[in-house]
Amino acid sequence: MESIFKSFDDALKESSLFPLTAKRISVLQINMGRLCNLACRHCHVDAGPARKEIMSKETLEACLEVIKAHGIPVADLTGGAPEMNPDYMQFVKSCVDAGCRVKTRTNLSILTEDGYTDLPSFFAENKIEVIASLPYFLEETTDRQRGKGVFASSIEALKNLNSIGYGVEGSGLELNLVFNPCGAFLPPQQKAIEADFKRELKKRYGVSFSSLYTITNMPVGRFLDFLKQSGNLRGYMEKLQSSYNPSAASNVMCGETLSVGWDGSLYDCDFNQMAGLKCGPGSPIHIKHFDRLKLESRRIVTGAHCFGCTAGAGSSCTGAVS
Amino acid sequence: METYYNPEDLAKFSSISEGAPELWKKFSQWYGAVFAEGALTEREKALIALAVAHAVQCPYCIDAYTQSCFEKGSNKEQMTEAIHVAAAIKGGAALVHGVQMKNAADKIGL
Repeated sequence: MESIFKSFDDALKESSLFPLTAKRISVLQINMGRLCNLACRHCHVDAGPARKEIMSKETLEACLEVIKAHGIPVADLTGGAPEMNPDYMQFVKSCVDAGCRVKTRTNLSILTEDGYTDLPSFFAENKIEVIASLPYFLEETTDRQRGKGVFASSIEALKNLNSIGYGVEGSGLELNLVFNPCGAFLPPQQKAIEADFKRELKKRYGVSFSSLYTITNMPVGRFLDFLKQSGNLRGYMEKLQSSYNPSAASNVMCGETLSVGWDGSLYDCDFNQMAGLKCGPGSPIHIKHFDRLKLESRRIVTGAHCFGCTAGAGSSCTGAVS
Repeated sequence: METYYNPEDLAKFSSISEGAPELWKKFSQWYGAVFAEGALTEREKALIALAVAHAVQCPYCIDAYTQSCFEKGSNKEQMTEAIHVAAAIKGGAALVHGVQMKNAADKIGL
């Protein structure tokens, strides 16, 4: 891919943003494992029920040590389905006890499966922010991306979350949804599609939520396979490149986020993690060797997939950036 | 296989500026202004463009505005309804000319 297209670093140079460096570590994004109850067609992690990679208790403890020692304000838990890590609840509780704000990413449908139905109450007790994937408010579109029956179980989970106050104004329990395009195109304007989701989910299912984040599909993992197999790779990459937005590039999430892989390896973001690109030369590459000074001034490792975060309004794990 | 329409040609659209650069510049500026948010939203304008693209049967425009409609937040149901509007006007336009046929038939008939 790199050889066919213009390099991301060249785009940064043209907009006087080269080299891209970290500013601080406000968020420790922890990939708790690649095991998932779903196998979505757009998944950049290539997660699924057959994956065996799970973050060990020892690595979780190393993450917790860093959070405590450095007062990391936010832990962003992702996967796979992070809930499927056997030490998930204990880890969440420990982060909260350490004064760290926890955001948990969920595919929603896991919350309706045996063994996981108590989680919404656990989230509420610990004031966890729930960030839930829901590609679209129509069943056909969502199931095409996530698998048959996933939309129905997602709506069931959303209703459960609403019933205990999540996504209900004034409750203080934040329920944010994540939209990603069901195909090789950029997401719509975040505010516009949020208004559609709010109107349609309320009208059709009586469901409410706090905010909607739009996320661009990254040319990594299973989505990259789809682009290649469907003959969309060139067109999609051209689209990402031609939509390069310097304002989005100056606000990319790697400036404030450090990503931890299931085995404790350190990356600039979840996408570099899936591309196997660890933090660059001079930076520690494992959570056990965490060095704040070095990591907060590290040079970000870039690749062609970075155009996904800088196209149009930009994209991050908390939606559009500009 | 050679065809009259090649999807890669869409990206070469701006090459039409060669020979008449000022006209292309004016067209580009006007085109951009037409599709900017105004009394109609960008999403509504993209749906109109998609419908017109089908009416004028331009494969480049169909490709471009299918993508644009998705990127403005429309879904396939809405896009299909927009195309039905175009089809209804085209079909209706053909049918309403049947009155011309009737007039002509009445005129030449006994």
